[in-house]
Amino acid sequence: MTNGFAVKAEPFVLAFWKGCVCVDFEYLLKLLLILLEGMGTSLKVFALTLIFSIPLGMIVAVGKMSRHVIINFPIRVYISIMRGTPLILQLIFIYFGPYYIFNVTYDRFTAAIIAFSINYAAYFAEIFRGGMQSMPLGQYEAAQVLGYTKSQTFFRIILPQVVKRVIPASANEVITLIKDTALAQTIGVIELFSLAQKQSSFIFSVMPLFVAGVFYYILNLVVSGAFSFIEKKLNYYR
Amino acid sequence: MAVLEVRHLCKRFGENQVISDISFEVNKGEVLVIIGPSGSGKSTLLRCINRLEKVDGGTISVCGDEMITGYETDKKGIQRPVYASPEVLRKIRLNVGMVFQNFNLFPHFSVLKNITDAPVCVLKQDIQSANEKAMALLEKMGLKEKAQAYPCELSGGQQQRVSIARALALNPQILFFDEPTSALDPELTGEILKVIKELAKEKMTMVIVTHEMAFARDVADRVIFMDGGVIVEQGTPAEIFSNTQNERTKAFLKRFSESDL
Repeated sequence: MTNGFAVKAEPFVLAFWKGCVCVDFEYLLKLLLILLEGMGTSLKVFALTLIFSIPLGMIVAVGKMSRHVIINFPIRVYISIMRGTPLILQLIFIYFGPYYIFNVTYDRFTAAIIAFSINYAAYFAEIFRGGMQSMPLGQYEAAQVLGYTKSQTFFRIILPQVVKRVIPASANEVITLIKDTALAQTIGVIELFSLAQKQSSFIFSVMPLFVAGVFYYILNLVVSGAFSFIEKKLNYYR
Repeated sequence: MAVLEVRHLCKRFGENQVISDISFEVNKGEVLVIIGPSGSGKSTLLRCINRLEKVDGGTISVCGDEMITGYETDKKGIQRPVYASPEVLRKIRLNVGMVFQNFNLFPHFSVLKNITDAPVCVLKQDIQSANEKAMALLEKMGLKEKAQAYPCELSGGQQQRVSIARALALNPQILFFDEPTSALDPELTGEILKVIKELAKEKMTMVIVTHEMAFARDVADRVIFMDGGVIVEQGTPAEIFSNTQNERTKAFLKRFSESDL
């Protein structure tokens, strides 16, 4: 065969097919259980990162909009570093940094949560800032003239509208986060992807990786479905 | 009794003197219309009285409450106003209603909630009586059946009527209109002007900034013509629109055809 693609593709398809037919049902069950457990860890990383990074992102967004240079300059530097360097490097830095500098070690899982949270907070902050700054000034003025206090204005008038504005962009980030949890393995967190890789080399087949891919895909179907639902719910006004 | 008293008001944006030494008063039940070319400081004047802008000089009193207690000079040698205590400012705030050019309704609230939210949230009225009052206002505006609709489902004219109802729900002593028809199609301006005329009949105290000269002449008890941040002339509609001797007023009014007046 002269077609380079076919030459390469054939062994891949073959290997995959062999992987599927050669394994017995018992192993398949065992594999699913292993991967499900890995998915549990991935989901934990995912959920904890969201819980920490979203409020942190709000604080960072407010800080970046501050008129005081002492506040907004460090935040600008923080966001630029978080967005300008690879997440995988940040993971390594946050886990091994304290070891090399202070000679202390700590839990890998905690390190992963910290790294993911501060990285995603930077992205969320920029989304939230965009949402806040897209609010027409007239909304603030109307609320002010009607006698709302500053906190009433924020929580009753501004925030609900900002939420609607940031939902589509946030959905992107959340979906990316599901896939990014695979990076946690660089500092030794045993999650879905690392377990699938291990099983792959164990049975000399890409089949476990393929199953892991299906797992990620299903998770993201759920996430994007949830976001479409929220978007539809908020569509009662323009 | 003067509901609003403005004395020697000054406002600058940087080097640009937008309002220089303006004084006027509005009595209870009076309709004051402010006309003048774009950029003459009409809107800024309303915004200063509403505290949407900080003033640079002068005093403002609403229903006898002084908004500015004095002036102090800051480190850079710039004169800055000292505003009254939060309690007094709040009282003034609730005495002054405002209708914006762009309505500024809250899009995530229904029409009814747009009207009731401030009375419930700010005046701590109970929802029941706030709803009743809002429905009465909506009926007056001819929008009773739109109570559950959202602002995006209404025409511009309907939205502006809702925003008038929203301002009235707080029972203000004086109501400001900042070019209430400028964002509307010509055929929709009529319904707003009708509502304002109704309010004038009920002796609502109002200050209206407008470019609708025929309407101004019709509804006003007194007209102020502003240009370049100063009051060029003030008087009854007849004095301003028919018998003015002032060259600048004449030049401005000439742009509006006779049929308009």
